[in-house]
Amino acid sequence: MTTAAAPSPIAAAPEDSATLVCGDVRVAFGETEALRGVDLRLAPGEWLGLIGPNGAGKSTLLRAIAGLVDHHGTISLRCGRRPGGTDVALVPQIPILPEGMTVAEYALLGRNPHLGWLAIESRRDRRIVSGVLERLELQSFADRPVAHLSGGETQRVVLARALAQQAPILLLDEPTSALDLGHRDAVLELIDNLRRSDGISVIAAMHDLGTAARFADRLALIDGGRIVADGAPRSVLAPGRLSTVYATPLSVHTIDGEIVVLPAPRARQEPRP
Amino acid sequence: MATLPTPDGTDPATQRAFRLSPLAAVGALIALVAVALLSATTGAAGLAFGDVVASLVDRLPLVEWDSALSARQEGILFQIRLPRLVLGMLVGGSLAMAGASYQGVFRNPLADPYLLGVSAGAGFGAVLALGFGLDVGWGPFDALPAAAFLGALVAVSASAAIARGAWRSPATLLLGGIAMAAFFSAAQTYAIGQLSETRTREVLSWLFGQLSTSGWSQVWILGPYVIFCGGLLLLHRRHLDVLRVGDDEARSLGLNPGRSRLVVIGAASLLTAAAVSVSGLIAFVGLVVPHIVRLLVSHSYRVIVPLSALGGAAFLALVDTGARTLTAPAELPVGVITAFVGAPFFALVLWRGARKVPA
Repeated sequence: MTTAAAPSPIAAAPEDSATLVCGDVRVAFGETEALRGVDLRLAPGEWLGLIGPNGAGKSTLLRAIAGLVDHHGTISLRCGRRPGGTDVALVPQIPILPEGMTVAEYALLGRNPHLGWLAIESRRDRRIVSGVLERLELQSFADRPVAHLSGGETQRVVLARALAQQAPILLLDEPTSALDLGHRDAVLELIDNLRRSDGISVIAAMHDLGTAARFADRLALIDGGRIVADGAPRSVLAPGRLSTVYATPLSVHTIDGEIVVLPAPRARQEPRP
Repeated sequence: MATLPTPDGTDPATQRAFRLSPLAAVGALIALVAVALLSATTGAAGLAFGDVVASLVDRLPLVEWDSALSARQEGILFQIRLPRLVLGMLVGGSLAMAGASYQGVFRNPLADPYLLGVSAGAGFGAVLALGFGLDVGWGPFDALPAAAFLGALVAVSASAAIARGAWRSPATLLLGGIAMAAFFSAAQTYAIGQLSETRTREVLSWLFGQLSTSGWSQVWILGPYVIFCGGLLLLHRRHLDVLRVGDDEARSLGLNPGRSRLVVIGAASLLTAAAVSVSGLIAFVGLVVPHIVRLLVSHSYRVIVPLSALGGAAFLALVDTGARTLTAPAELPVGVITAFVGAPFFALVLWRGARKVPA
């Protein structure tokens, strides 16, 4: 876990080591500009947390990186290529869970980017999926329908599909918004362990600022389609900046070494009579 | 883990989930063969089961097995019964496969060549070709399937265009299909009204959905389409499964949804058109058969597409056996029977669906 206000060493990594580089990325939906020039670089093995209010552009940035929305500017991998399905795996905010599709079939979809136009999954693809299901302790679920799982199980199944893509970059869009506290932490711990053992990089858009700070090496605060702060969690989570961006007074505390962001009621800031 | 890994490294539960159940595949094949034998031995000529089998086996290369069938009976078997049986199987398999594929690309379990207006469009094209003397052929290419294909493509494109983003709302697509079906039926009626009386009777009996044939010529017309389009649809069954998670996620999984959809719609429409051009309008096969596969075996298109082909072939061959024997010596149009079976089934699917989603 990154500590203190010192800038993360990863954030200052030299240019050529970045696994993903976004340069002046702009996205417009008709008249509305969702992203107005985003510059970002992602180091190998890094967990980058995207934070910001609703509609700031977090999801749009993830979708632009995944190639789902047209954009101006550059989004490229280290080799200079535009990322594709074998490079980035997106865990959508609200995944579509087809009626009647089993967990194994769903996870197998993750092999699609590796297959040619008319190819069908080989024994190797099935073995990879089987391995992923085993790692996520989903083996006993393999022939259960995805549409009838609990929130935590669903999240693990969607993660299994993303891992089956074997992409070096994992994009998570509010991965835990539907989960209770315990399941949320379990899923995030799991993702953290996977990225450490596999050396994958993570970009996670998250609403809960404390949780984002706890898991991310680095935070990028997005507001109005621009990155307004980028760096170590402790430096990005400044009460004044957050209060401006979220348009509500916020206070930042440290409890047991973890950062906690709380609303600061006006009443308490005034001296009591 | 408690389960033992299988030789190829996947555990049994995972393995099960990936494979087309051999039981289902064998079951469908057995049903197909049983229907074929039933159909070949049922009818006015009274061919005995053993004789038919002997006669068929005798035709195999390098096998000698004298059959008790007379030359006339052999003629009935090989020039009347078998061509009709094979044609029924090809048409049934084509319509069911096309239906399954439409259901996949439109993400709509109610899509069916008939309900999408594809059949009506193909029918209109075919009526124009038949009625105005365009039923000519150039070598292996026939004007009739081509005209039907054009009609089918216009209908399916129009249905999809009416319901822009149809893959999100099943109802709009079907309403678009209904509009197209109504339009093309009216156009058909008008075109038929312009024909001479003999032409009219010919066209009408074709429209009701008939498999009465003379010899193998129609099998040879339809066969190449079945092999080409059916093969193409089988090769795209993985795409249909990926499309089930929606265009957005499909794209993030490296699929180009537009391109897949274009190829599959094209192949399914051509297949429907070819089937319609030899058999007329046969309703509901494309709806009923994939649904039965879904209910009995799997929701995965990897399974639905091939099993629908087998199931559709068996279903239509069985129905056609009924069509030519139930009211013998008169004959029922096969399309009438499929509609008799299909319409209540469609209603049942709608009723169950309505109960599943509380309004």
